[in-house]
Amino acid sequence: MQKAIKRVYMSIIFLFLYAPIIVLIVFSFNKSKSRGQWGGFTLDWYIDLFRDRQIREALYFTILIAVLSTLISTIVGTIAALGINNMTKIGRTVVLNMNNLPVLNPDIVTGVALMTLFISIRMELGFLTMLIAHIVFSIPYVILAVLPKLRQLNKHTAEAALDLGATPAYAMRKVIIPEIMPGIVSGALIAFTLSIDDFVISFFTAGTSATNLSILIYSMAKRGVKPTINALSTLMFLTVLILMLIINKKNDKGEDIII
Amino acid sequence: MNKNLIELKNLTKRYNGMTAVDSINLTIKENEFVTLLGPSGCGKTTTLRMIGGFEDPDDGEILFEGKLLNNVPAYKRNVNTVFQRYALFTHMNVYENVAFGLRIKKVSKSEIDRRVKRMLKMVDLEGFDKRYVDSLSGGQQQRVAIARALVNEPKVLLLDEPLGALDLKLRKEMQIELLDMQRSVGITFIYVTHDQEEALTMSDTIVVMNKGVIQQIGTPQDIYNEPTNRFVADFIGESNIIEGTMLEDFKVAFDGLLLDCVDKGFAPNEPVDIVIRPEDIRIVVNPDEGMIKGTVTSVVFKGVHYEMIIESDTREYLVQRTMMFPEGSVVGMNVQPADIQVMKRGDVLCSEEEEEE
Amino acid sequence: MQRRGRGRIAYPYVVWMAIFIVVPLFLILFYSLTEGDIHNIKDLKFSLNSYNRVLEPIYLKVIGNSFLLAGISTLICLIIGYPVAMIIANTDIKYRNLLLMFFLVPIWMNFLLRTYAWMSLLSPNGLVNRFLLWIGLPKLEIMPGKGAVLLGMVYNFLPFMVLPIYTVLSKIDKHVIEASNDLGGNSVTTFMRVILPLSIPGIVSGITMVFLPAVSTFVISGLLGGGKTPLIGDLIEQQFLSSRNWHFGSSLSIILMIMILISMAVMSRIDSSPEEERRKI
Ligand SMILES: Nc1ncnc2c1ncn2[C@@H]1O[C@H](COP(=O)(O)OP(=O)(O)OP(=O)(O)O)[C@@H](O)[C@H]1O
Ligand SMILES: [Mg+2]
Repeated sequence: MQKAIKRVYMSIIFLFLYAPIIVLIVFSFNKSKSRGQWGGFTLDWYIDLFRDRQIREALYFTILIAVLSTLISTIVGTIAALGINNMTKIGRTVVLNMNNLPVLNPDIVTGVALMTLFISIRMELGFLTMLIAHIVFSIPYVILAVLPKLRQLNKHTAEAALDLGATPAYAMRKVIIPEIMPGIVSGALIAFTLSIDDFVISFFTAGTSATNLSILIYSMAKRGVKPTINALSTLMFLTVLILMLIINKKNDKGEDIII
Repeated sequence: MNKNLIELKNLTKRYNGMTAVDSINLTIKENEFVTLLGPSGCGKTTTLRMIGGFEDPDDGEILFEGKLLNNVPAYKRNVNTVFQRYALFTHMNVYENVAFGLRIKKVSKSEIDRRVKRMLKMVDLEGFDKRYVDSLSGGQQQRVAIARALVNEPKVLLLDEPLGALDLKLRKEMQIELLDMQRSVGITFIYVTHDQEEALTMSDTIVVMNKGVIQQIGTPQDIYNEPTNRFVADFIGESNIIEGTMLEDFKVAFDGLLLDCVDKGFAPNEPVDIVIRPEDIRIVVNPDEGMIKGTVTSVVFKGVHYEMIIESDTREYLVQRTMMFPEGSVVGMNVQPADIQVMKRGDVLCSEEEEEE
Repeated sequence: MQRRGRGRIAYPYVVWMAIFIVVPLFLILFYSLTEGDIHNIKDLKFSLNSYNRVLEPIYLKVIGNSFLLAGISTLICLIIGYPVAMIIANTDIKYRNLLLMFFLVPIWMNFLLRTYAWMSLLSPNGLVNRFLLWIGLPKLEIMPGKGAVLLGMVYNFLPFMVLPIYTVLSKIDKHVIEASNDLGGNSVTTFMRVILPLSIPGIVSGITMVFLPAVSTFVISGLLGGGKTPLIGDLIEQQFLSSRNWHFGSSLSIILMIMILISMAVMSRIDSSPEEERRKI
């Protein structure tokens, strides 16, 4: 009895979660442009999608920015975390509080604040400002992922390396970095997904010369529904689903990675 | 003397086809201190959890005062548990932890206060009421767990290795305190441990289990002096276990020796296992005065006694004596007939589906 | 000594933070307290006018609406999400990760696409209404409007409520629950007195994680509210992008930050108050 109630409840929740996605997928194959009417099967929207220059450009910017900002923020964030870990307590508290601001502030505030800065210093909004903005909100997460690993690091490991004749640089490369690697990797993963997914901050810092998928979807959705978005959604959903299934397969304890 | 309180009949529990508890039968009397003893994974906790109502038996019955208990949910059983890792409520202070059961039973405020205070005094935690359980030491947490269970005045208290997390000294102290409490409150304890010494000092009755099967039920003396099989003999104390043959009643043979003993009732020439406790082997300086001749090959001082290994022509004997014989000396060994315990061969009772160790 | 010195490698990042995190926020504060042509900094004068404007009834109403809608959607998420977290946490370990994964897959899909999906479902001629028409029920006219905004918020943020609660629940020692049963607690008492109090930290972080993005969103209201129920996020967006009134936009941002700060302080009090009470008893 109780089991049945649980089943029904979970089914309703999953229906609620997936219904819109399934509808999008189904309608990506719909010949008719209307969103309520089934007009027969077609792959036209997918063909349109690949022909659409705007979408290709947005996809290009999204990925380029995600890769660059992940790379830069992972390197800078890791170095910063190494430094923060060696700071005095007061210094560390001050720096970490500053670091937490973009994490705790609403995205819209971070977005308009950065936009205000860029315009005030006469930087033209575009690819560069968007990239900087992504780095700004990614580094804090990298630091938050790396720092706990540094705390766990056995102080004596590095000392043992030095004792055995390693130079500090060598000890860093061969001992410390490998030990904190899991933190660096998860920091990079967070940075990458945040960047791929970001809309609000990009929206305020991209200006008119650059765009990404989120911004494009927003403007398309505001203007009215275009079935190419359905096709795009379907492809993006399938990509996520497949990635998640692979990750879950590879790591049966999966939880850590999913979250 | 006392009447039966709990009866287990053919109680069985399986996990994914593996039998954790195999058709055990056990009767527990009122005010008895029963200990379930056995190696890790032998099914002690599982048995206890079935009595507590946290695990449904796959087979068999649990009777409480003659009434079937199987389908009574845990919260309606007049049985309380002290959990292996205490399982205290970390969001409550000591007082609230102890008062928990009484509050649920809607006991009046003043009565709760009286009983909780009295209980805390009994476990020597007066004045700890408002302390947060996380801030207590292991021994104190343990006593809160006992107080939380005892305050409900259950007929039976189930204790799952309650002293497992404590250091040796505290353990000894708590053993005495627990015994005192059991005597003074007068309730039945079902106690789980894998520490044989603890079992021997505390229990009225010991139930030795292995791989889900009861090997022997008896008083500590019975279990120690008259183990019924090789497993029990091996598990309880140290012993010399020797394969031999029962020629006839009161006559047992091994290694070409013929010895008198006090056991009877075996088939003629039945193969048997013989147990001789290390402290029951006497040593004589003149090798010719002993029944068995041997050379001392190792001597270890154990505080109260010396533990020696003496090698005869055919085997090694473990011997404990207060007098030391130097390594290399040749000595004789004697055993009294009453100190020879003869058991049926081999058969450690086992569940049908053998599981890998 | 040497350790101390190595702190220096963080200094470039400190400078970076000063430029890109601290200065922008001070700029916002600065613009909120001035008026004049934003492109001509020398012309700006100190003024509280933009804050006075926030106090005008229409804007107060917008702010009130934002907090009300975010509050309601947070509450709905809590009511719907708590049982979900409990069910997942109690699922057999073998299926738990799979269940969790399927629960989380939607949030890995672009936020805008998810919202967009509801647009096509809820529109006057959308599938939901066709379905209602087909089974003979009246049309659901919530989009554009508050109802659709609420739905969008719940849909988008529900996982952020479930996740922290699930994490806390799955860490509760099951023996503690058995101990409660052992002491006479049936499932209702055990839930009220043991499970719920132990899961408060999860509830608190769930509430924060839903309320924060909900109160500051402008996407959901923009797409599903159709401009009928502007939220504070829409207002800020407008001021910076279309009206170009940075002063007003900045004071709205400052107000939003302060109100969020206050709500978070309240929440963290709730999180720690049982402990304090405990000490007071
Ligand atoms: N929930 C369970 N699922 C599957 N197998 C279980 C479960 N609980 C116990 N077992 C198995 O049942 C057997 C008996 O376990 P039990 O916990 O009763 O042992 P124990 O005698 O209490 O051991 P220990 O002294 O280590 O506590 C073990 O092999 C154990 O692995
Ligand atoms: Mg156990």
